[in-house]
Amino acid sequence: MFESPTIAEFLAGSNLASTLPGTLLLTWTLILVLVDLFAGEDRAHWTPVMACIGLGISFLANLFVYAPAEGEQIALYGMFVADAFTGFLNMVILVATLIAILMSWDYLNRADIHRGEYYILALISSAGAMFMVAANDLIVIFVALELLSIPLYILSAFRSIKNDGSDLALKSEESGMKYFILGAFSSAFLVFGAALVYGATGATNIPQIFSLAGGIVGETSSAAFYLLIGAALLFVGLGFKVAVVPFHMWTPDVYEGAPTPVTAFMSVTAKIGGFAALLRLLVTGLSVLVLAEGGAAVWQSTATVIAILTLVLGNFVAISQRSLKRMLAYSSIAHAGYIMVAVAAAGTANVIDAATQGALIYMMAYMFTNLGAFAVVMAIEREDGSGGNIEDITGLARSRPLMAMAMTIFMLSLTGIPLTAGFVGKFMVFASAIQAGLFGLAVIGVLTSVVSAFYYVRVVVNMYLRDGSAELQPALETQYVRWAINIALAGTMIFGIFYPLATNLVSMVSIA
Amino acid sequence: MDVTGLSLTTITLFLPMVGLAILLFMNGETQKANLKWVAFATSVVTFVASVLMWVNFDPSTAGLQMVQRNTWAEVSLGESVINVSYFVGVDGISMLLVLLTTFIMPISILGSFGSHIFEERGREKLYYIFLMLLEWSMIGVFVVHDLIIFYVFWEVTLVPMYFLIGIWGSEERIYAAVKFFLYTMAGSILMLIAILYVGNRAGTFSTYSAGGDIGVIERVQTWEAEGTYWDALGPEGESEDAGFLFNSVESWLFLGFLVAFAIKVPIFPFHSWLPDAHVQAPTAGSVILAGVLLKMGTYGIVRFNLNLFPEATVAWAPTIAFLGVVGIIYGAWVSYAQDNVKKLVAYSSVSHLGFVVVGIFALNAQGLQGATLQMVNHGISTGGLFLIVGMLYERWHTKEMADYGGIWKVMPLFGGISLVISLSSMGLPGLNGFIGEFTILLGSLGSDYLGFAFTLFATLGVIMAAVYLLKMFQHVFMGELKRPLSGEDGYKLTWSEKAAFIPIIIMIFWMGIQPIVFFNLLDVSVDSIVALFVR
Repeated sequence: MFESPTIAEFLAGSNLASTLPGTLLLTWTLILVLVDLFAGEDRAHWTPVMACIGLGISFLANLFVYAPAEGEQIALYGMFVADAFTGFLNMVILVATLIAILMSWDYLNRADIHRGEYYILALISSAGAMFMVAANDLIVIFVALELLSIPLYILSAFRSIKNDGSDLALKSEESGMKYFILGAFSSAFLVFGAALVYGATGATNIPQIFSLAGGIVGETSSAAFYLLIGAALLFVGLGFKVAVVPFHMWTPDVYEGAPTPVTAFMSVTAKIGGFAALLRLLVTGLSVLVLAEGGAAVWQSTATVIAILTLVLGNFVAISQRSLKRMLAYSSIAHAGYIMVAVAAAGTANVIDAATQGALIYMMAYMFTNLGAFAVVMAIEREDGSGGNIEDITGLARSRPLMAMAMTIFMLSLTGIPLTAGFVGKFMVFASAIQAGLFGLAVIGVLTSVVSAFYYVRVVVNMYLRDGSAELQPALETQYVRWAINIALAGTMIFGIFYPLATNLVSMVSIA
Repeated sequence: MDVTGLSLTTITLFLPMVGLAILLFMNGETQKANLKWVAFATSVVTFVASVLMWVNFDPSTAGLQMVQRNTWAEVSLGESVINVSYFVGVDGISMLLVLLTTFIMPISILGSFGSHIFEERGREKLYYIFLMLLEWSMIGVFVVHDLIIFYVFWEVTLVPMYFLIGIWGSEERIYAAVKFFLYTMAGSILMLIAILYVGNRAGTFSTYSAGGDIGVIERVQTWEAEGTYWDALGPEGESEDAGFLFNSVESWLFLGFLVAFAIKVPIFPFHSWLPDAHVQAPTAGSVILAGVLLKMGTYGIVRFNLNLFPEATVAWAPTIAFLGVVGIIYGAWVSYAQDNVKKLVAYSSVSHLGFVVVGIFALNAQGLQGATLQMVNHGISTGGLFLIVGMLYERWHTKEMADYGGIWKVMPLFGGISLVISLSSMGLPGLNGFIGEFTILLGSLGSDYLGFAFTLFATLGVIMAAVYLLKMFQHVFMGELKRPLSGEDGYKLTWSEKAAFIPIIIMIFWMGIQPIVFFNLLDVSVDSIVALFVR
């Protein structure tokens, strides 16, 4: 029978050290709850400052996890894996959270809803994303997903805590509600899928699923059937989280209604968490699902179809949007499509590493660029929520030349023009697709990025080529949102121009 | 061959970036007057550097010279790791086009000196920054020999040109700028897919072999000897086989590259962005667009399509050359029908570049040499024509030919210069245009791949060029003066305008009278390409 381990044995087996980045952040956040509770009104700025410090501590701890010589570390009895994949994405998530907090600071002050809970929720969500990228077990995926999502539901509705009956408060409430219901719905899919996979294989641990599934696939048994259905349901559940077509319906409304920094934050972290889990699940766990010996995994064709649908719908519908936030919402759907291209490419056995690395670089590039774009949008929004339309940035190049230049670079990066991070991401993703022999997918991918150029360039046209007077909010004379833009800009430029930096960072990532 | 040291090519390539850096730090009103001087000085220094390259260039050796190659990044594709390298160097063709670029830049900057666009639109600093960025990326396109870095430079040229047209252009500038951007991007992005396939299949992105690493070109030749080819799955048919055009990997790769280049050239029917972009662009923009940017397309065909896909080149040669001939006739025809003088010159580019295309796909030494020389000739004479149009517009603020007339009477020097440039453009013997067109026609006549009809119809284009250019000259410069300017001063050419014309006139005569200097530069480089197509 099962012997309960001694405490020493428990600690040795749990290998807590390698979970430190996430657990430290979570612990820090719990301390922050108390600090926020007892700090008076006049010390309201303590919470965001301490939140940033927490991110810094977690970042330092993560450097040890990421240390390439160590190889992969299994922790918490196989539930948790700390490898270069985890380490890299942890860094991306932490930087994203930092930028989002810098944006929020100004936003909350402007909207007069400055509450410490906001930062605490953001940090919890960020810790959830960090657990998700390290999840090595279906149960951990689920728990981490909830930890990531539940704070986001609250944050989406955050504007409505000042219930003045304004349009903004209502929209924010609607956003939170919609996100919550669809999120709960997708979690149900995920759990049901996990249950079926467990029923088929008898394991929830992803590497174990890999070894056990190998025996099932060949047979024509009910187990193989349940495994497939389970895998499909897991795909659907995570598909909702990363907002790929046809599971994207909630995205535009939720993104538009939520406070802008929250939109920026969730458009990045939720996608990173979702794609990380999807990659681990499909590549580490289910790459054994092949039709013929040495062939591509069965989910490759599914991923290809989803990628094509996502690319086409996201990019074409974005064209017709007037609101910048909605445009960026649809463009974020399209970018999920590009990452999906890499996921599809990972279905071919000898491309797995290249495709995973491509997906990671794409996520990093997308993180910097998208957060930067949202920061600029936030900077030009008015307090009543108007001013976020494409006409409202007309003439920004005259009133704010530096901000217009930053926005131009973000738009070029989202389009995938060389010398920006976006190009490096697209290049890696398409290179892996070509290597996997998915030529049609690659061609559709590049053609839709021409379509995307149409609406991204329109932003540049309005800023530079038309005359107008886009004015900034006086409340934004504070430095924080500028810092957010600067960090995002630096990331976009540095990783775009010094291409090897990005590739070196992910060169030892391997999750096969 | 020194492959790691800092080569003269690198210095020339990055000089514009030095200028750009200086411009970035020039703020305030006092500095405003100096902006153009910094830009001009940078472009002159770059030109001097490229002349130094020419002096150092040994036309009798084949292959690249003044090479520098450093590994830039390692891309892991599946099990293999592929290097992306910073790989620059010049052969005769690159050398000539680098010279053209650095020659056109100071001229177009001089052409902007007296311009009124800044009074209306301002942002002078940004303007010169974009010009420097453009020069850097254009030189880059002509000197790099790594497919990925080539693609980077190729796409980067889009951004400054887009802003030049969009901010400082005429009334319809926004439409023209967006059309230019989207049209050319749509073409070049398919090239990215083809590049990735090539790199994946050949195991390298370098086109030429250097420092012990085998380049794509050499690999293609080994495959041919082995009987395997671009299709990784197995041997592939010869160009004569049925179904080669649409069923072979090589053919699709060829098209992936060709569409990108054809849009840039532009080869008929991909030309519809050109009249808009040319007409709306500011003078310097038009000069650079016609003078250099279009040559990036024809250069790309020579450098990549011919070298990497010889079988497909042979298979597609008649079709593309046919489109070239259609372009010659169509461009000339439409050009004749224009009332807008700038549009007339723009369409004449379609016609002239048609000659270049025919010359390239004649696939023999004369054709290719003529084509390369014609690229330079067209850059000089059409660049000159756009300068003329720009100076007319500065004075009369109209582009309609009907509004002009009799300008020769009031501006005799300007009229004379314009006559020389027009004659050069229509290919008068003794001037540069004749040399290029004549050699191309000679090449197409002796070609193994093109028939007599190609030469016949191309020759018609020479006659039609005379028709539309003389029409323009007659309408604008001869007859009665329709719209006298209010003051006499307006008729005088400023010193910067004169200075811009002097090098153009010198080159027109030099290349016309002593073409052997330029043919020598090309001889060996062209032969190494043509060797692929000897039957």
